[in-house]
Order: sequence, then C-alpha cells, then structure tokens
Amino acid sequence: MRRNAVAVVGAAETTELGVIPNMSQLQLHADAALNAIKDAGLKLSDIDGIATAVETPQQIAHYLGITPTWVDGTSVGGCSFMLHVRHAAAAIEAGLCKTVLITHAESGKSMIGKAPRSIPADSLQGQFEAPFGVYGPPSMFPIPVLRYMKTHGITHEQIASVAVVQREWAAKNPRATMKAPITVEDVLNSRMIAYPFRILQCCLVTDGGGALIMTSAERAKDFPHKPVYILGTGESVETPMVSQMKTFDSSRAFTVAGPTAFREAGIAHSDVDHLMIYDAFAHLPLYGLGDLGFMPHEETGKFIADGNTRPGGKLPMNTNGGGLSYMHSGMYGMYALQESVRQMRGIAPAQVPGAKISVCHGVGGMFAASGTVIFTNEA
Amino acid sequence: MTPPLPGENNDMAEASRARPKPTPETQHFWDGTQAGELRLQRCDECANVYFPPRPFCPSCASRKVSVFKASGRGTLYSYVINHRPAAPGFTPPYAIAVVELEEGPRLMSNILDCPQTPEALVLDMKLEVAFEKLDDAITLAQFRPAKG
Repeated sequence: MRRNAVAVVGAAETTELGVIPNMSQLQLHADAALNAIKDAGLKLSDIDGIATAVETPQQIAHYLGITPTWVDGTSVGGCSFMLHVRHAAAAIEAGLCKTVLITHAESGKSMIGKAPRSIPADSLQGQFEAPFGVYGPPSMFPIPVLRYMKTHGITHEQIASVAVVQREWAAKNPRATMKAPITVEDVLNSRMIAYPFRILQCCLVTDGGGALIMTSAERAKDFPHKPVYILGTGESVETPMVSQMKTFDSSRAFTVAGPTAFREAGIAHSDVDHLMIYDAFAHLPLYGLGDLGFMPHEETGKFIADGNTRPGGKLPMNTNGGGLSYMHSGMYGMYALQESVRQMRGIAPAQVPGAKISVCHGVGGMFAASGTVIFTNEA
Repeated sequence: MTPPLPGENNDMAEASRARPKPTPETQHFWDGTQAGELRLQRCDECANVYFPPRPFCPSCASRKVSVFKASGRGTLYSYVINHRPAAPGFTPPYAIAVVELEEGPRLMSNILDCPQTPEALVLDMKLEVAFEKLDDAITLAQFRPAKG
C-alpha cells in the first residue's frame, strides 16, 4: 500500500473504562462509536464502511443505523482491529468506501450481553488441547514461556520487570485501572496463576471499548484533529492451538506481520519513537521486541529490566500502562491503537515529547494471529 | 486474545473434564489410543511426519499419507503448572505440558507419575507415552517420565 495515503481522523474510547455494570457489550460499541464520530466532527450518515470483531458488522451497523458499502468482520482475537485498520486502508485506497468506522467493545468483566465462549468437543482444540486441563488464557498463553526463557537465557526477574515498568506508565494515566507502584519482588511474590506466571504478570479483566474513524489523507486535512497517517501495516496468522506453534522461541505470526509493516513503512527500527506491544501477559513484549527485529531475543529481557522502555527510556513502550495495568477487556488491540493515535496527536497522558512514528503491534489468541500498524503524524 | 474457554461447554451438571469427540479425520488416532498405540501420520511423498491428524500432508499437500505407530518416546518441550482457574475435573496445581515426540511433532499432554513442581519438571527430560482411559470411548495419550 502507499504510505500515508489513509489517515485516522477520529479516535475515542468508551466514556467509562473498568467496571461498567450499566451497559451491555452492544451499547459499549455504540458508546465508543458515537464518541469517535463526535471526535471526528462527523454524522453517523457519513460512515460508509464498518469493521468490528466478535460482534458482527451487521449487528453494529444495524444498531447504529448505518447501511455501509464495505464491511469487514475479521475476528482473529485481540489484534483484529490492527487487521481492520490494514483492510480499511486498502479499501479506502481502492475506492470501496470513503469513511470507515472500526469498533471494539467487550463487557469482559460484567459479562452483560456477551455470548459465552465455547470450544466444540470435536474441534481440533476440543480433541487435542481441552482434555489436558487448559482453561482460559492464563493456562494457555504462558505455555511457551519456559522454553523461550531457556533458549534465550531470560530470567524470571526480567519478565517480572515488564509489569513493574508498565505500572510506572500507568501511574501517569488517570484512566488506568492499576496505578500503585510495584516492585519485581511484589510481582514474584504475587498469587500464582499458572507457573511461571503470577497474577501481576497476567492482564486485567475489565469492561470497555474503543472506535476509530479512517479516511483518505486527502480528505483528512479537513477534520478537527491532526491526521494520524498509516505508514505501514502487516498481518498474519499461525495456529489456534498454542501446542502447535512452529517454535516457542518466537511467534511465526509476529515475524510476518511486524517485518511486513516495517518494509511497507520504509523505516528503520531506530526511527521508532513510540512502541505498543500488546501485553496480555508479561512475556509478550519480549517476543515482540525480538520478532519485530528491535534486538535479538537474548537481549529483550535485559533491555526492559534495564529501564529502556520506561518513562524517559530510549524506547517508550506501552505508555498507557498496557493490558497489565491500563485495561484489558479481552481484546486489547483497540486500546493499543488508541494510545498510538493519542501519542501521534500529542495528547497522551504520558506523552512522548516530539514523537513522530509509533509502532503498534498486536496478538490474537495465544500467538494465533498478529497485526502491526505503523503510524506517523508527518504527511 | 479472546479465546474460547475450553471445557466451558461441558455438561455443567457434573464437573467432568472435557472429553474429545473424534471426527472422521481423527478417528484413527483415537482408535489407536484405545488399542494402546500412539498413531501419527507420515506423507508417502515427502516423508513429513505431522500432527494433528488430517488426510493430507500439510507440507506438500499430497493426499497419499500413511498412519503408523509412533515410538511413544519424547521430551518435555515446555509447560505451565496451572493453579487457577482450574478446568472442570482437574485438581490444581497440575501441569499442562507440550511434548516433543521423537518423530518430530509436538502434542499437549499432562505429565503423569511425577510431582507437579518446577523442580521435578525439567525441560528436555525424557518422557514416554502412558495411556489414560477416560471412559469406554476415549483414551488419552498422556506422558510420564521415561523409565531407565
């Protein structure tokens, strides 16, 4: 795709984040969508493209009263919204639609209007993973981490430092769920969930949503906010079964999505001012730093433990506090995108001064899918 | 993320562990475990050994594939020791492991006859298949520390 041909012109989260017991999941979508439409200075009738995940596009379109000319229901887990951004950029470039609304919302904590998840007993996961006692993401996502640590020489303390650094960022963010400072010792003494991971290395479970509005760069100049351009994108999938990943030393989906986005953007890693790596669990930023090519995997743990991603560090990462401390409704990708857009607009609560390029990398399922979006505020 | 919760579709009346239901493509595997064999598939064209079962080679797309009895020997590739939430029918803490088979493929397993502790569960330790009967229809291929 052409660089900077499409831009984000509207971005907003739900009015509240955290515990929202008075709103269904569907209404959370609408709340985020209406906030984003207001942010962009548009009317609902201006929207001619719609993308969403888990909820269907027809559900969201009908609820909002939109009859679109382009829809995308790609639903590959928490990074679905990175893929929506990529697909929307291509659709706008191709002339299939002019103004796209991407919505996410999840009543992850309150579970209002949220369909129960289930795995059929005759699916491959139902036959070859479920019988062994996997039960939700905490029992599955950390399965690769002991192998990763052994291969790359990563320590428990280094992975614990991910949670510590992100809490530092969260402390600067009024909307973050968890703000109290923590230490590596706190992390390593917190309640065991699935060895080697403890509660402070697992994401939050909250309610919330977010929405983005995209249009061509040409039209973007007429909107109230500074356009945030799409510089490069990438996507891939590997397997819905964590046990069947090609290797636990790396994520194959990451190594396709990330480098594709960097090539498309035509940037070097040293050009990156701000980085979001979807942190459902504390090992993900390490995989991301390695698989996106910032450094060899062997150096990722030390890089974070040494403070390079913390406030004032040379590579500010997960500056909203991340899924570990900001919020995590179940599909966190939208919140990572929102933070990248805030940073590019220059309005983030923990703003990285002068940031011009933001890399936003997401995961779906247990390393099942991946999407990367590289933003810039320079046309 | 956003993954379904395996086991959530279980009969809630009894908190029993998730039971697999074979399909036409996987029936040979489940017939094998009932007969005390760990059965894998090998491509007749390119010799690729693969898992989970399917009637074609995921490496070269050939439909000429054969089922064979695997050695049952493997090593511990990685694991978690799950504390909470525990799946129905499991008493925490219990290890959920991925075993690397001698023939190449990996599969998920519990580790039987072994303390469920980091000290006892050492990566790359040798394992051997152990068949665990769930009911008259289903026997699981599990693993335990190799003897000798």
